[in-house]
Amino acid sequence: MTQPLKVVVVGNGMVGYKFCEKLLTKAGGGSFSITVIGEEPRPAYDRVHLSAYFSGTSAEELSMAPASWYLDNGIRLLTGECVTQINPQARVVVTHTGLQIPYDKLILATGSSAFVPAVAGVEKEGVFVYRTIEDLDAIIAYAKNANRAAVIGGGLLGLEAAKAALDLGLETQVVEFAPRLMPRQLDTAGADMLKSKMEQLGIGIHLNKNTAFFDGDVAVKGLSFTDQSYLEADMVIISAGIRPRDELAKQAGLAVGPRGGIIVDDALTTSDAHIHAIGECALYQNMIYGLVAPGYEMADIVATNLVSGQIDKTFKPFDMSTKLKLIGVDVASFGEPFCEHIPHNTLVIEDKLKGIYKRLNVSTDGKYLLGGILVGEADNYNMLLQMTKNQMILPPSPEDLILAPRKGEATAGAGISALPDSASVCSCENITKGTICDAIESQNLADVAAIKKCTKAGTGCGGCVPMLSDLLTETLKKQGKTIKKVICEHFDYSRQELYHLIKMSETRTFEEVLTAHGKGCGCEVCKPAVASMLASIYNEVIAKQAVIQDTNDRYLANIQRGGTYSVVPRVPGGEITPDQLIALGVVAKKYDLYCKITGGQRVDLFGARVEQLPLIWEELIEVGFESGHAYGKALRTVKSCVGSTWCRFGVQDAVGYAIRIENRYKGIRAPHKLKSAVSGCTRECAEAQSKDFGIIATEKGWNLYLCGNGGIKPQHAVLFASDLDDETCIKYIDRFLMFYIKTAEPLQRTATWFNKLEGGLKYLRDVIINDSLGICHELEKEMAYLIDTYHDEWRVAVETPEIRSRFTHFVNSEEADPSLQFVEMRTQKRPADW
Amino acid sequence: MTNKNITWFKAAPIAAFPENGGACVKYHDKQIAVFHFKQLDKWYATDNECPHKHQMILSRGMIGDQQGHPKVACPFHKKTFSLETGLNLQGEDYCINVYPVKIEEGFVFIGV
Ligand SMILES: Cc1cc2nc3c(=O)[nH]c(=O)nc-3n(C[C@H](O)[C@H](O)[C@H](O)COP(=O)(O)OP(=O)(O)OC[C@H]3O[C@@H](n4cnc5c(N)ncnc54)[C@H](O)[C@@H]3O)c2cc1C
Ligand code: SF4
Ligand code: SF4
Ligand code: FES
Repeated sequence: MTQPLKVVVVGNGMVGYKFCEKLLTKAGGGSFSITVIGEEPRPAYDRVHLSAYFSGTSAEELSMAPASWYLDNGIRLLTGECVTQINPQARVVVTHTGLQIPYDKLILATGSSAFVPAVAGVEKEGVFVYRTIEDLDAIIAYAKNANRAAVIGGGLLGLEAAKAALDLGLETQVVEFAPRLMPRQLDTAGADMLKSKMEQLGIGIHLNKNTAFFDGDVAVKGLSFTDQSYLEADMVIISAGIRPRDELAKQAGLAVGPRGGIIVDDALTTSDAHIHAIGECALYQNMIYGLVAPGYEMADIVATNLVSGQIDKTFKPFDMSTKLKLIGVDVASFGEPFCEHIPHNTLVIEDKLKGIYKRLNVSTDGKYLLGGILVGEADNYNMLLQMTKNQMILPPSPEDLILAPRKGEATAGAGISALPDSASVCSCENITKGTICDAIESQNLADVAAIKKCTKAGTGCGGCVPMLSDLLTETLKKQGKTIKKVICEHFDYSRQELYHLIKMSETRTFEEVLTAHGKGCGCEVCKPAVASMLASIYNEVIAKQAVIQDTNDRYLANIQRGGTYSVVPRVPGGEITPDQLIALGVVAKKYDLYCKITGGQRVDLFGARVEQLPLIWEELIEVGFESGHAYGKALRTVKSCVGSTWCRFGVQDAVGYAIRIENRYKGIRAPHKLKSAVSGCTRECAEAQSKDFGIIATEKGWNLYLCGNGGIKPQHAVLFASDLDDETCIKYIDRFLMFYIKTAEPLQRTATWFNKLEGGLKYLRDVIINDSLGICHELEKEMAYLIDTYHDEWRVAVETPEIRSRFTHFVNSEEADPSLQFVEMRTQKRPADW
Repeated sequence: MTNKNITWFKAAPIAAFPENGGACVKYHDKQIAVFHFKQLDKWYATDNECPHKHQMILSRGMIGDQQGHPKVACPFHKKTFSLETGLNLQGEDYCINVYPVKIEEGFVFIGV
């Protein structure tokens, strides 16, 4: 028996981890003994999605694999251990604690560190880099006492860091040396558009700035630039590029590049035949690849060649297309974004109003796409990238590829079915369309999660996930299957089907529904979904079936960080009397509640303990308030502008109509929350076009807009009908809401529902205005029932002893939850940090 | 858990707990979530604290089953935990403590 080959990996980052995973799958166990040494305190994690750490994703969730994975696979993992020396003659590495570890093959996956320019004062307190979880912890801690952040570097990473700083509540400025943002990915016009987008987000941009020194005594106070200008900042994040970590290699006498990086050949071998370098520390043809996809490819090559014992696979220059994953701004560049030395024709669309800039570089014969830039909207990025990489023949009018598809029409241009099977859909894992489609067919995969698990596609940067979903739909369609969206493992029906069944079988409790139509015990997905349907059908007191409600509906209040709840009384149309305002103030003061005006024109009182809720509501009901259903998937507010009663432009009484609408639909439960607004004239001060149903006054009546929303993906509502009188407008809304309630999927807002509605706007008009399905009478009847059976949930809860008695924290003690902690903020309270 | 000196703590009468849902019990400085899983005719007790963001909340979570295995979902970010073993069912690293429960003369006892 031969000794297993001793493979030692220095660096347990994304690429180092991927190498282990690839080596294991390729070798099938046995022939290697693997040791991984990483200097960070935890096993490798997903650095690409590091910024998600700010929004609550935990270190465990970011982890590529838990420590137990290494153990289970026979890998010796040393974390918090730094390799300080390589002895290439003896083939041994030495760590900072003095461990000596011999190797047959050494893999350097030491990655890179943030490049910190040698500017006077960088060592001051409050200056950070953005690379590891520890960096982020330090930034979060320091930000608590800071107000103004400056980010040095306006590239991909710098902008991501800036958005993170902004989200931490800091006033944020980006400082860039070059005359434009993202100089390596964008041209001037694209960068200008991005700049104004960032400024709209509230991030200041300063170009052509060269930092002369960091001002301040112990802690940084500001940045002084070579042009004599000055920027105040009490914290600075440096994101000015990366420095490959080649210090070990250098010390061991390996060849490194003049500007850093361990020189490798196309088998990723360094100048020592027993040592390979992969990932961000490797310098291939004078190039450092600062992205995961090429790093994974390198890992794959070294693992393949190690297993076969010969050079089967080599590295080739890699595509560097990128998409910025900032929420709120889409930016991408792909292929040859500039085409500086390549003959080409350029196609540009620029819409300054919407903040969209798109550029395509097309070959001079008009047949192929060479590359391009997308700012403001990058929905087509994946498809355009594929067309470029696979040299697909362009459609006769390539501009269709970058024109926004009109509502209700299919996306223009070549669809996913035109992609060749060899197209690499997931470039991180290098998985082709053919592989994915085969897996879907042969293994009967039914959702994207299964594709990810089975093929690993979509598990790297995640950029290809929308494409996976399209491929799934396409493939299943081809097989003649439609994808049925079942609710969960307990109900083999779509929501629409189950809704119908519940109505037919007249089942009224979760248990009855489960017995009649489902299996098992139910779960956190189907319970609230069924609860919502029961409420939409029968409109009974939801608190009677408390344990199947999401926690917000169970306690009729919104749960907040720390476990307290917030209280939002209904203020129809936003009209409120001085006496009501005083009453709110009195209650808030008495129970020490944090007060905030919501975006929906009402007052939110935060920080109520569960046992205080009935007491608070009792007092509010006393002065005439009702539940605002801020906690429910139900009608929230109907926002209004002051309209013709006060405003000099108003043409109709917007407030009066809003109050009427809000009182009509209050309490109605739907698949998701519903928002509405009424504006008194075309100036649209109430922002009705961003609502599920919005109404704008005209000289002759009302224009009705449907299916808009704010949220993660804002979408304007579409004009459904014009110049309606009061009654017709309400009739259409009745029908529309009921149609949506009956046919949408769980937790689907009207906008998403509309986008998936086959036939689009024309179909919706046919159903609701022309009664093409012959259901309008029924819809109106069902809506009338819901309106008639309205009850104030909080009044019922306060007045029904067995419901009221559930509002306690402990069942065996009167005590309040002792773990609740608050801190003071701007003279009010807020929960202590998680 | 073996019969390693369990102390049985008398928590509250059966009726204090909702059917097919949870409620929280105070035991000295500890908060314990108790679930009456009526559909399976079983009782479960776990930590009330969710290990994800250390919130005292699991008793207000929804219970249910995953392929027949009983679980509770945290209301905050919907992490799910086995009521039998306390392990996180999404394969993440954290878990919760589970405690034995017995019913005697209409009272719920928790083994601590
Ligand atoms: C905020 C952020 C966002 C990003 N976004 C994207 C993106 O959207 N798309 C994309 O493709 N890429 C992105 N990247 C880049 C991507 O994360 C890197 O390309 C990738 O992590 C490189 O992997 P690596 O394993 O080569 O290096 P690293 O992940 O840096 O890992 C190297 C590891 O080796 C350790 N190490 C170094 N020297 C030693 C030693 N002597 N002894 C022991 N251990 C050592 C280091 O501590 C580190 O843990 C992003 C990076 C950051 C920071
Ligand atoms: S929308 Fe018209 S009526 Fe309403 S506040 Fe604005 S200008 Fe006045
Ligand atoms: S209120 Fe909405 S937007 Fe604001 S932090 Fe909470 S979820 Fe995010
Ligand atoms: S606090 Fe429980 S899932 Fe986040």
